[in-house]
Amino acid sequence: MLIVEQSLNGVEFGLTLFLLAAGLTLVLGIMRFINLAHGSFYMIGAFIAATTQTIVHSYLLSLVVACLMTAAVGLLTERIVFRTLYERGPLDQVIVTYGIVMFFNEMVRIIFGNLPLSISLPNIMANSVQFSAGFSYPIFRLVISGVGVAVAFGLYFLVNRTRAGMLIRAGASDRSMIQALGIRINLLFALVFAFGVGLAAVAGALAGALYGVQVGMGDNILILTLMVIVIGGIGSIEGAFVGALLVGVVDTFGQVMLPPTLASISVYILMAVVLFWRPRGLFPVYG
Amino acid sequence: MADPVATEAGIEPASPIAGIVRRRLIHVGVFVVLLVGPFAARLLGQPFYADVLMRIMVYGIAAMSLDLIVGYAGIISLGQAAFLGIGGYVTGILDYNLHNGIVWTVGPVHFVGSSAALVVWPLAIALSALGALVIGAISLRTRGVFLIMITLAFAQMFYYVFLSLDAYGGQDGLELSGRSAMGPIPLNNDLVFYYLVFVLFAAVFVFLSRLVNSRFGMVVKGCMQNEKRMQTLGFETYRYKLTCFVISGAIAGLAGILFANMNMFISPGITSFERSGDLLIMGILGGFGTLIGPVIGAAIYLVLQLVLGSYTTHWQAIFGPILIVIVLSGRGGIAGRLYGRQGRKW
Repeated sequence: MLIVEQSLNGVEFGLTLFLLAAGLTLVLGIMRFINLAHGSFYMIGAFIAATTQTIVHSYLLSLVVACLMTAAVGLLTERIVFRTLYERGPLDQVIVTYGIVMFFNEMVRIIFGNLPLSISLPNIMANSVQFSAGFSYPIFRLVISGVGVAVAFGLYFLVNRTRAGMLIRAGASDRSMIQALGIRINLLFALVFAFGVGLAAVAGALAGALYGVQVGMGDNILILTLMVIVIGGIGSIEGAFVGALLVGVVDTFGQVMLPPTLASISVYILMAVVLFWRPRGLFPVYG
Repeated sequence: MADPVATEAGIEPASPIAGIVRRRLIHVGVFVVLLVGPFAARLLGQPFYADVLMRIMVYGIAAMSLDLIVGYAGIISLGQAAFLGIGGYVTGILDYNLHNGIVWTVGPVHFVGSSAALVVWPLAIALSALGALVIGAISLRTRGVFLIMITLAFAQMFYYVFLSLDAYGGQDGLELSGRSAMGPIPLNNDLVFYYLVFVLFAAVFVFLSRLVNSRFGMVVKGCMQNEKRMQTLGFETYRYKLTCFVISGAIAGLAGILFANMNMFISPGITSFERSGDLLIMGILGGFGTLIGPVIGAAIYLVLQLVLGSYTTHWQAIFGPILIVIVLSGRGGIAGRLYGRQGRKW
């Protein structure tokens, strides 16, 4: 039963990571833009959700509000700052987005205070479901997994079956070519960016209900998310999905089965092994 | 008239003599400030300023080591703090072992602790270099974003390993019993230690200045500008870059040793993502590819942190935007401006 439970936990954590990785990998894939501030949007989403909930008393509504408001913040950041970075090298991008992380972390501290917040769940989600005698599992974790799977299928359809998705894929493999064909890649990119930020905010509002909402919550998960997209191959949704599940499961099982030292570095070993074997990740889109 | 090719490659424009003179003046200025710093601080009645200068030098050594790979070889690493951690923890752990009588036994060999600088420091530097060899050998197979991420991953590995060393303080870190022992030189005297750091700082600067202008340095710079071309010329670019990475790691290890000795304390924070980020910020502020630039950047960063921090605990809310504006408007950082450089390569 332990194995089943940990597998479910691992998948759930992996799918949370996928919500973050999906947006980040598209952004990195199309615009070659490294955004270290993606974790900040995860944090901002969680804070907005927690605060909205104290006003409207509805988890679902606050989730939607968090998603939309954070996407707006993301779009604003993109239009004001990030837009100027696309023509620059990765070093400038890393430093500027790192500056954004500093700024957002402190602003959240100033606006929402230093104390951690919490998000409470509606009764129906707060319970556990009884699978068999002696084995029950929290419904909310299943809900998170459900959202993750739904988003994965939705994105797969969007990217592989729609015109917008075709442009995204084309942009990832050859940006200047599709620009030459008259596609407004900047507009497309701003939309993809806002969409990715919205997903990150949803992930924050979901995970915030499990682990609490605090400043800096985005920093660690950002690093794991970066590992996910590098393992999966930059720009690839399938890669992000497989990478996220791998990282989620390895991390969760590592915590249970390995000695503490090895457990906390298992994900990084996984990534080093993958990159040693395949320097461009599991599902390479571009190099 | 400026040679457009030279300008594009980030080489001195127009009058090379003026550039060299200006550069020399900056170097002399920095070293004079560092040399007379402790006395000036005492005259001003602010001995704390000497501490700041010492921090600047130690961070400066680390930032110069990063400059070697970022500014000259084009290897952008987000994991330089890993080597700070190795250097610092080797120093800290051996000191702890010595004072608690811990002996590590591997087969017939017994490793006792030590706080002798002439034993510990070379060992710590050698282990940092070894760490850099392993990390570099794997990381340098990748490039661009992947390289940034994999160096970050390795630094995180070290961070979590140090975090899990419960015998050596774990999360809370490890207090050293004192500074390393160096024969008759009393390093526990702050002024003596300051000048030891100064000498090492100067040595690193001179060594790196010579290195980047040597044949080796030329090859490495060539790799940054056009690696394919260097390969067609018959250079094994991977080996050159790896050597460069190892030298950089060894120097960062030295900075780690000095960190541990300066604070007489070491914690996993030294290997954190933020620390690696700090070093990159220093380089960007001062200008990579100049060696002295990252040192100036370290000074600006540490002083700004102190000044802003004295007004508000939320100094990062102000520093973040400052950093963004500097990067977006800057051309090769402060040193780049002082040097009159026109552009840069990464």
